[in-house]
Amino acid sequence: MKCHRCPKVATLHITEIVKGEPEELHLCEDCAQQYLAQATTGAGTEESAGGLIKSPSGMGDLDLAELEKLVCPTCKLTFREFRNSGRVGCAHCYSAFRDELLPLLENIHGETHHCGKFPKRAPDDSQKRFQLIKLRNDLRLAVAEESYEEAARLRDQIQDLEHHLSQETAE
Amino acid sequence: MPVVDLNELIGTRGEWMQGKGPESDIVMSSRIRLARNLVQFPFLTRCDETVRGEIERTLRKQVVDLTLGGQLTYFDVEQLEGVDRQFLVERQLISRELAESHGSRGVCFTEGESVSLMLNEEDHLRIQVLRSGFDLDGCWNEINRIDDLLEERLAFAFDEQLGFLTACPTNVGTGIRVSVLMHLPALVLTKEIQKVFQALQKISLAVRGLYGEGSQAMGDFYQISNQITLGKSEDQLLKNLRDVVPSIIGYERKVRGALVEDNRQALHDKISRAYGTLKSAQSISSEETMHLLSSVRMGVNLGLIDDLPIPTVNELFMHTQPAHLQKLRRSNLDSADRNVARAAYLRQRLAIAQPGDQN
Repeated sequence: MKCHRCPKVATLHITEIVKGEPEELHLCEDCAQQYLAQATTGAGTEESAGGLIKSPSGMGDLDLAELEKLVCPTCKLTFREFRNSGRVGCAHCYSAFRDELLPLLENIHGETHHCGKFPKRAPDDSQKRFQLIKLRNDLRLAVAEESYEEAARLRDQIQDLEHHLSQETAE
Repeated sequence: MPVVDLNELIGTRGEWMQGKGPESDIVMSSRIRLARNLVQFPFLTRCDETVRGEIERTLRKQVVDLTLGGQLTYFDVEQLEGVDRQFLVERQLISRELAESHGSRGVCFTEGESVSLMLNEEDHLRIQVLRSGFDLDGCWNEINRIDDLLEERLAFAFDEQLGFLTACPTNVGTGIRVSVLMHLPALVLTKEIQKVFQALQKISLAVRGLYGEGSQAMGDFYQISNQITLGKSEDQLLKNLRDVVPSIIGYERKVRGALVEDNRQALHDKISRAYGTLKSAQSISSEETMHLLSSVRMGVNLGLIDDLPIPTVNELFMHTQPAHLQKLRRSNLDSADRNVARAAYLRQRLAIAQPGDQN
């Protein structure tokens, strides 16, 4: 894919939310550097050029200020640092920045729930809950592919598992 | 663990280069890697050298006596010279990121070079399994077993909702990258390759060059891999590639067939000239070598060249890379000297290549 700003090959793919609409931007390394520098200083972006730093309600400012203050309590990475580098600092960042990360993950992967391998050492209960997510996902696929026998089998499995889980919670 | 001299590796060939396995005329190799992090340490960007060292020692202790089939070799990548690190990159045993970063880091790999574990890459641990031809299931069964073995000894960072946690949110969930290295000279020649790229992009598959992220496509080799790692199971992600790759193989074969049918003479001429240049050049760049070898590889697979076995061609792609060449010549050479040495090596190898030659 070509860079949106020059003829080089795009290596960075950015999705910006502009007025509530996602806007895709594909940039080469050089243009991306420029873009990121502008984004962090706020200089040169259309909003600041138009003198629109303050949103009408003032809420935007507050949100932004709140975001700036977000820090992972474990590794002390700030949300701003994450935004700049694209790397989280430790496993706990995923909890500390969860609300901010979920939309981002949805953007990258189209989903926000893991449904692959589960470590064997995880507690039995969470394994079952996880299995449930995976089965529901498989069921959706089976229906989409019109494999109705498979879907029926999965539905039974799901009901069994739900039954087990509700009993365990009751105990 | 025995001490292995890196220079001795030049005399061996990774199992994945044997040119065996399904569809190996077009699929050079299949690869899966898993990203894992130890639960008790921060990710590497938040580690000082002391902690990096501790992570490396913790992992090293656990990986070096794993039962992975065959003897294991460990290299402290930090202690290696630049040319040696480049050598390991060319062999696909380490990533460019591991070669070029700083601080404590290492790699552990098996005798046949099909399993490699990178320590302190972007994540604490990157497990890689590489196989000849189109064999994603073979890769998955092996890497899944290794991951299970490691999980018995180490606690990995995992979240119930988000799965395996990684330094970069693009790898979170399964932490898996499934990729297939394809040789697509006919699609490149006819410029049909653009259509393939566009189609792949629509189904969230990425196309990269020979050495992964950010690398150029050399010798008409393309790596096709999953982009998404969260919200789909490993099986589903594997299936995506398992479904798509055969149609790309079919497309490449169809275009090759059409080229032979419509332009046999022109194609034969192009391939023979490429072969002739490689056999007789006195100075040749790495880029030109890759380009010409690509034609020759297609020529062998189409039966237009009959005195050169595929494993030899596969090996020449690797041995003519800068670090391999310098290892073969046992000296550090600048770019101009390398071009002369490369041409000499090619003349020598192609003069002695005989049908059935396995060296």
